[in-house]
Amino acid sequence: MSATTPVPRQQKSAAFEYLTTRKDEFVGWARKFSLFPYPFVTACCAMEFMSVSSTLYDTDRFGAALPRFTPRQSDLLMVVGTVSHKQAPILRKVYEQMCEPKWVIAFGVCATSGGFYQNYAALPGIDKIIPVDLYIPGCPPRPEMVIDGIMKLQDKIAGARHPIINQDF
Amino acid sequence: MNTGDNLLDRVLASLGAQALETGMAHGILVLQIAPDSLVPVVGRLKREFGFDLFLDVTATDWPQRRPRFDVVYHFYSTRDFVRVRVKTRVEEADPTVDTLVPLYGSARYMERECHEMYGICFRGNDDLRPLLLYEGFVGHPLRKDYPKQKEQPLVPYRDVKP
Repeated sequence: MSATTPVPRQQKSAAFEYLTTRKDEFVGWARKFSLFPYPFVTACCAMEFMSVSSTLYDTDRFGAALPRFTPRQSDLLMVVGTVSHKQAPILRKVYEQMCEPKWVIAFGVCATSGGFYQNYAALPGIDKIIPVDLYIPGCPPRPEMVIDGIMKLQDKIAGARHPIINQDF
Repeated sequence: MNTGDNLLDRVLASLGAQALETGMAHGILVLQIAPDSLVPVVGRLKREFGFDLFLDVTATDWPQRRPRFDVVYHFYSTRDFVRVRVKTRVEEADPTVDTLVPLYGSARYMERECHEMYGICFRGNDDLRPLLLYEGFVGHPLRKDYPKQKEQPLVPYRDVKP
């Protein structure tokens, strides 16, 4: 071995060395593909939630498959099923424990408006106590509707402003 | 070993005198009795005729009728596979019947539910806290005069902008 061969210098290609974007678009793009749902599952819509989460429909394609079972690690609250008045304080507490940024999906007609439970027991829509970003109607909703809803929420996140520093931080 | 029909015949022959009214409904013997004779009758059903399973207690609200409420009990015999229904009538002013907890321990929870839904008081049941409802709920939601859509929310509603 007389002489070591010199390592060739890394060739710089001319294209795609950098790109420019807007901060909100970049953060929105990052956030819309990393939705960590917290499933607040109370009723029969849970079956449809399981169906849409599992292999055949696979919400993992949208970066929204890994449920976090603590609200502190999640940023998408999926309220799946009927919420009764007795349970409303729990839902409110879970929502308040979630860190910003956070979004809420009302999954199914009971979470949306109470559905056919217009009586003493049921909360007529979770938007009476917490803000809701997206409503998915249906009793229960088809998996296609849930996927459509997740995509619409992603569009909403991508198009929203994402202040890095806001009044809370 | 009794067959079911024989057992119901014997119950009817034995307890018919204490009943105000008797009948059969869908294969169930129905005994209408006075509130005072509830515990003796049910005690005999359990001890002498083997109705060992307490299925349910509920009430029926007849707003135009005096007395207003039926308190309805169902018992089942796990030996003879027959059911008996015991009804008793109570007034709205004093909707009180004796508890069945000394006879059937499971009556404790079912009477709690009947108490919160219909306002029936069970004399001797010391635990009539709300079971499905919550503390602070006013009224009895399964009575006919409870407004159908009246809500008593625990969390104040948000001001939603139109």
